[in-house]
This record gives sequence, C-alpha cells and structure tokens, in this order.
Amino acid sequence: MKKNNLFTYIFLILMSIVFAFPFYFMIVSATNASVDVTKGSLLPGNQLIENFKNLLSQTDMLVALKNSAIIALSQTALALLISSIAGYAFEIYRSKATDFIFNVILTSMMIPFAALMIPLFRLFGKFSAIHPAIGFNSYASAYLPYIATAFLIFYFRQNTKMFQQELLEAGRIDGLSEIGLFIKIYMPTMKNTYAAAAIITFMSAWNNYLWPLVSLQTNEVKTVPLLLSNLGSSYAPDFGLMMIAILVATIPTIAIFFILQKYFVAGMLGAVK
Amino acid sequence: MNVFQRRKLLGWAFIFIPISLILLFYFYPMIEAFKMSLQSGHGANLEYVGLTNYKRLLSDPVFIESLKNTLIFLLFQVPIMIVLAIFFSVILNNKTLKFKGFFRTIVFLPSVTSLVAYSLIFKYIFSNNGILNQLLLSIHAIEQPILWLAHPFWAKFVIILAITWRWTGYNMIFFLSALQNIDQEIYEAADIDGASAIHQFFKITLPLLKPVVLFTSITSTIGTLQLFDETMNITNGGPGNATLTISQYIYNLSFKYTPDFGYAAAVSYAIVILVIFFSIIQMKVGANNEKK
Repeated sequence: MKKNNLFTYIFLILMSIVFAFPFYFMIVSATNASVDVTKGSLLPGNQLIENFKNLLSQTDMLVALKNSAIIALSQTALALLISSIAGYAFEIYRSKATDFIFNVILTSMMIPFAALMIPLFRLFGKFSAIHPAIGFNSYASAYLPYIATAFLIFYFRQNTKMFQQELLEAGRIDGLSEIGLFIKIYMPTMKNTYAAAAIITFMSAWNNYLWPLVSLQTNEVKTVPLLLSNLGSSYAPDFGLMMIAILVATIPTIAIFFILQKYFVAGMLGAVK
Repeated sequence: MNVFQRRKLLGWAFIFIPISLILLFYFYPMIEAFKMSLQSGHGANLEYVGLTNYKRLLSDPVFIESLKNTLIFLLFQVPIMIVLAIFFSVILNNKTLKFKGFFRTIVFLPSVTSLVAYSLIFKYIFSNNGILNQLLLSIHAIEQPILWLAHPFWAKFVIILAITWRWTGYNMIFFLSALQNIDQEIYEAADIDGASAIHQFFKITLPLLKPVVLFTSITSTIGTLQLFDETMNITNGGPGNATLTISQYIYNLSFKYTPDFGYAAAVSYAIVILVIFFSIIQMKVGANNEKK
C-alpha cells in the first residue's frame, strides 16, 4: 500500500472536490444575486443577507420549517417508543409464535411505497371523516404510516440481543413491574441505541417527500421539501433565494449529523450485525 | 395464572400496537392495491374488470418506457455505486492513511442531504447555461453547451451521477464497518506468504465482504426501483419520458392525469414483482457463492 500513497492522495483529493462541489456551489450561490448565479459565479458575493430577507418575505419558509419540525419530531418520538417496545418484547418475551410474527413483519420491508400510496390515500380519506386531526392535511397524516416500521423494530431487536438480561432479573428481585423494568432499566441502558435510531428516523422524516406531497395539500401544512420542490419548478426562479432555501433546509440534518456523528456510525453498525 | 403466563401475555400486549399499525399501514394497503388493480373506473366508481389492467400494461408505451428507464438506472447505477463504495472503504480503511476522518466525512456528507434539496442543486449545475457548461466552455473542452437535461442520454447520465453522489458514502459506511471486523492477522499471514495487495483484496477482503455486498445491493435495488424524488425534481421525467420512472408514472396516473387508481395499482404491482424478482436473484447469487 505504501508506495501507492501519492496516487491515493491525488485520487482522494480529486474525489473530495467532486463530492464537495455541490455543497460549495450551494453555499456560494446563496451569497450571490440571482443574475450572478446564472452568470456562473463561483466566488462568494455579498447578497447573503438580502437573499435571506427575500426568503423570509417571499416564501413560507418559517411555516415550512415549523411544520417539518413538528412532523419530524413527532414521528421520531412515536417511532422510537413504539419500535423499541416491540423490539424489546420480540427478544425478551420470545416464543415460537412471536418469532413467526416477527418474520411476517419483516416481509413488509419488501413492499414498495408506490404500491401503498393510493390505498393509503384512500385510507386517510376515511380517517378525515372520523376526525380532521388524523385526516388529510393533518400533521398526523404525514407521520402515522412511519411510526411502526419493520426496519426500526428489527434494529431494536438486534440491539436488544446485546442487552444483558441479568439486569432484568435483578430488577425483578427488587420488585419492579415488567413495565418498570422497561422504563427504568432497559431505556437508560440502551440510550446509545436510542440516539442512533433518533438520528436515522429524524433524517428520513425531515427529508420525506413523496407521501407528504400526497397527504399535505394546503399551504399551512406544507413541509420544507415540498416548499423547495415548488420553488424549483417555478418558471423564473430567483436562484440566490433558491440556494439559500436549500441551504436552510440542509443545515438541520448536517448539524445533527456532526453533533451526533459517533452514535450515527454506531447505529449503522447495529443495523448490519 | 402463573408468572410465566403473565409475562407471555405482557409480551403480546407490548407488540400489539406495532403489529396493528403495520397491518393497517402496510399489509392492508398491499391487499387493497391488489384488489384495486383488478378494478377500473374513475374516482370512486370502480368495478371489477379482471386482468384488463394487467393486459393494458403490456401494450402501454409509457409504462414500457418507464420500466426500461427504471431498469437502466438499476443495472448501471447499483453496480457502479457498490464497486465505488467498496473501493472507497478499502482505501479509507488503511491505517497509515492521513486525514482519513476528513475524507470519510466528505464522502459520507451527501447522504445527509435532503433528496429534493440535492436534486435541485444538480438541476442547476447541469442546466443549459448552468455552471458545468460554463466551466467546460471556458476551458474550451466543448464548443457548444451540452444539453445535459434536454438530451435523453445525458439526462439519464445526470440522474445516475446524482444518485451515485448521494448514496455512495451511505453504502461505504456498511463496508467500512465490515472491514473493521476483519482480523488483521489474516493479512499479516498473507504478507508473509508474499501475496500482493491485489491478490489479498480478491482472495481475502472481497469474500469476507460478501454478506455486506448482498445487503447493500438488495437495499439499493429496492431503493432504485422506487426512484421518484430525483427524477421528479431534476428532469420531471423528461425530456419526453426519457427519465420517467415507474414510481413517477404511478404518481402521474393517480394525481396528475385523470385519476385512474385501478390502473395505477396494477402498475404499482409491477414494482412489487420486480422487487421480489431481484431480491430472489440476489439472494440466490449470494447463497451460491457461499457454497463455493
């Protein structure tokens, strides 16, 4: 390997430029006026604040950020709670029957979303008649289909295999109930697992596009990806504004990634073990 | 009721809610979609028409084109990306390499961007008077701007490039974690035996990575078969229908054209069949290699 090092570094630097260029283009364009972006300027400009003001005055970015935050946080909290209880129970209260059901649940990972979309659309039409809070254009309609997923249950079950069950016996001797064991022993012990699951779930919720496109039709509930997509398909887009919108939309996930990087990598490891 | 029976009952209580939700949001819609695929009509007035929708599929040029496009994306993009991810992971797993953490982060960073956000950036990089054409013109690499998004071949190329940019780092993480689990003594022994680096890669590393290759190629295949966000936002399926995917066609049939849920459901079952077909092939290939 050693003699190849120079070539390795040249290759890696070239590839890094390719991987980083879209980020550079986004950041630089966010500081330029629309006309400079179309001229192909790759140098930073002084329009950052102007673009940001335009973003706030000409689009519903703040509303979209609020909507995305509510949906992504609700989805993450509910998904973590429901999937961790299930992953725990499938491992701790294991029997032949629960194993069979677990395997059936796993097959749902193979179902493509496109096949679910229209029936889900009709299902939420029915929910609308029951209560508007769970029908179309409700926050719940955007996240309910994702709060119990086979992937996350599988992930929690895999990680529960590494959890020391002796701790539960000790808890039982101390007189904790079965629910108490879960809350007071399992949850604190597994906080790394929860953190990694939270990042994965939050990112996929924040970036989700196709189902919110179908389920959230009014402007008051539109999420960030929907707003971006609308901006991008307009006939005469303001490129500076567009790029700062993309930048604002990307900052939350990149920030979360950098803050919780070590859990993220650990979480990915858990998924393949 | 003794303590063990009580615990068993509690176990069922714990999994009751997630099971109900998965039945409601995955299996019920799956069965509904199949029933709908046997029906036809507009809006709520559906009636059973047997296999008519499936017969229509075979003679629908737009469906055939979307199927062709999706398969082209799949057959080019997934192998290119997996090979690239393995390549990066092997280089970036080298202990003596400096700035490893930096390079890993750069390659991984695209996978935390939103699909819509990165699609729009690619759309502007590759637009007719976009930054890439201006750069290529200024260094005289081309005489005329290349119509990246208006040419059927280049539009497909841009989509493949975009997905590769977004997902290579994500897949690399799985390979890196697998590489770190390989015992270094195997390589030391191979060094003593005089095996070259390339020889070691094909005889040691690659066989040990096989389960991860299987995992990443199945998940990538399922993802690519459902491609929607990128083509919708970079090319909107165009030019003509040159980048229309099956998912986007289903969306158009359901929400853009006069809604025809029955036919859209039949098209969606094409994806179901493809997912099952490719997963079985990949698992078969994986299993055969294991026996050797």
